[in-house]
Amino acid sequence: MCGIAGIIYRNGGGERQVGRDMTAMLQAMKHRGPDSTGYALYRGSTDGYVMHVKLSEAKDEDAELAQRVGRQRDQIEARIRAAGAEIEEIKGTHRTMTITFGFDGDLKLLADAVERVRHTEVLSLGRSLEIVKDLGDADTVSDEYGLGEYTGTHAIGHARMATESDVDIANAHPYWAYPFPDVAVVHNGQLTNFHDWRRRLTRSGHRFQSDCDSEIIAVYLAHQMSEGRSLEDSMRQSLEDLDGVFTYICVTEDALGVAKDELGAKPLVLYEDDELVALASEEIAIRQVLDREIETNDPYEGEVRVWTR
Amino acid sequence: MDPVNAEEPTVRMDERGLVELDDSIPKTSKIDGERAELDAREMTTRKINAELRWLIYEQGVRDVTVLNPSARHSLGTAILARCRIRFEGSLGYFGCGLIDGPEIVITGRVGWSVAENMMSGVVVVEHNAGSLAGAALRGGDLVVKGDVGARTGIDQKGGTIIALGNAASMTGFMMQRGRQIICGDVGPGLGDSMYDGTIYVGGEVAALGIDCIEGEWDDSDTELIERKFANHELGKPPDLRKFVCGKKLYNYDSLEPSERKLVL
Repeated sequence: MCGIAGIIYRNGGGERQVGRDMTAMLQAMKHRGPDSTGYALYRGSTDGYVMHVKLSEAKDEDAELAQRVGRQRDQIEARIRAAGAEIEEIKGTHRTMTITFGFDGDLKLLADAVERVRHTEVLSLGRSLEIVKDLGDADTVSDEYGLGEYTGTHAIGHARMATESDVDIANAHPYWAYPFPDVAVVHNGQLTNFHDWRRRLTRSGHRFQSDCDSEIIAVYLAHQMSEGRSLEDSMRQSLEDLDGVFTYICVTEDALGVAKDELGAKPLVLYEDDELVALASEEIAIRQVLDREIETNDPYEGEVRVWTR
Repeated sequence: MDPVNAEEPTVRMDERGLVELDDSIPKTSKIDGERAELDAREMTTRKINAELRWLIYEQGVRDVTVLNPSARHSLGTAILARCRIRFEGSLGYFGCGLIDGPEIVITGRVGWSVAENMMSGVVVVEHNAGSLAGAALRGGDLVVKGDVGARTGIDQKGGTIIALGNAASMTGFMMQRGRQIICGDVGPGLGDSMYDGTIYVGGEVAALGIDCIEGEWDDSDTELIERKFANHELGKPPDLRKFVCGKKLYNYDSLEPSERKLVL
């Protein structure tokens, strides 16, 4: 089933407590998917980059794990330095690592170098995008990663009910459009021509982090945009190219877009005013950030909308 | 005083070991003769519905106003009595489903599947409705003053659905009986695979569904439309076109199973 949500503060509304708002929205939709919760959060643009890295799966319980993860950390740090980046800060939980750094080289080469460390996966990389995902409900993940105080300009989130692939961090949403900086996607639905597109995109040189059908959307959009299309055009084209039932939300550094399939088979409720746009699989999620009677609507089938901050 | 949290929460298990949710009745509504006011803000869905039942079935209340429904799901379902209910705000999914008799007004919007399988009564939504409005409707009137989503009146078996705004795709999909009056535009697949019934459309039709054709207008259509618009005080009806089943997909005989045995 899955619950998806997005929020963007408009008209120079600046940075707000987007971590707290998104957690409240996702927690209200816990019943739509209790398996894992994920966030793609955007802090205000900075000069440096931020990279989120997964070191091990949440369900790994290896006695030697702590040692292995320690070695991974050292190797990752060394590789980032070797690539010529200037590390500003390293944070993380016991199975993830967040590195802030200054860099002016090729980001794909850097991400590839980090991923060559065994068991390591780059969850997100960009000037403002940060992807946080883990098992459990929104409150659990928010507490673990300290998102309550996170300020930013926009965010998307996902409460997952696993249908197509495993319950672990790799298969949790959102997906980063590797190696496109600052693009992420959450999806509610099932894609039926996913193997087809996966083969085609793999042949074009893209790589996939998971077995999840939803990842195809992120990689597909990255591919379209790398060929020079705008976000909105890429999303419109996706309605033609992707089969199945879906509502997905896509975010970039300064925009948030939503697309619904031609059947309108997956729900979405939309609220927009001059200050913010909030959208979610259920209105009760939007009510968590707007506690009053509001005018909302359901976008129609085949609709694509994009808002900028 | 907080009426809900005043009680000590108790967790009961049924014989399968599953948690049985607390369905005790709050009994906190303000009752004034046949009228009552229910503030749902601090209540769970289960408690709101239990309170509604208590008011209507046991306290003889005939007119309930529900404050702060806050877009929650499954409110006002399965009410089987003549009464009036007014929701001051919006409902989530499956609002007012499986009802027989009530006249319900929702001042906000509703999510998917409003008035699903209504047997009789009236449901009026002042703003928009989500997809599947009036799914499997059997009787009564569903009036949506805004837009409706996809698959409005899917599997409709009777009653009337009126939408003053637009409708999305597959409106009247597999409809078997009843009427729909859509004053605005409709999306593709109008009346797809409908068996019977009538769909009136005021605006543009993006595309007809399989075996849906334009029907011939007669006086009974005019009478119905004018009566329904007058009943619900909706003003002057727009110019409408009529769509019915082309019956090209009909592929059955009219024999009962027992008769078929005799024939064969």
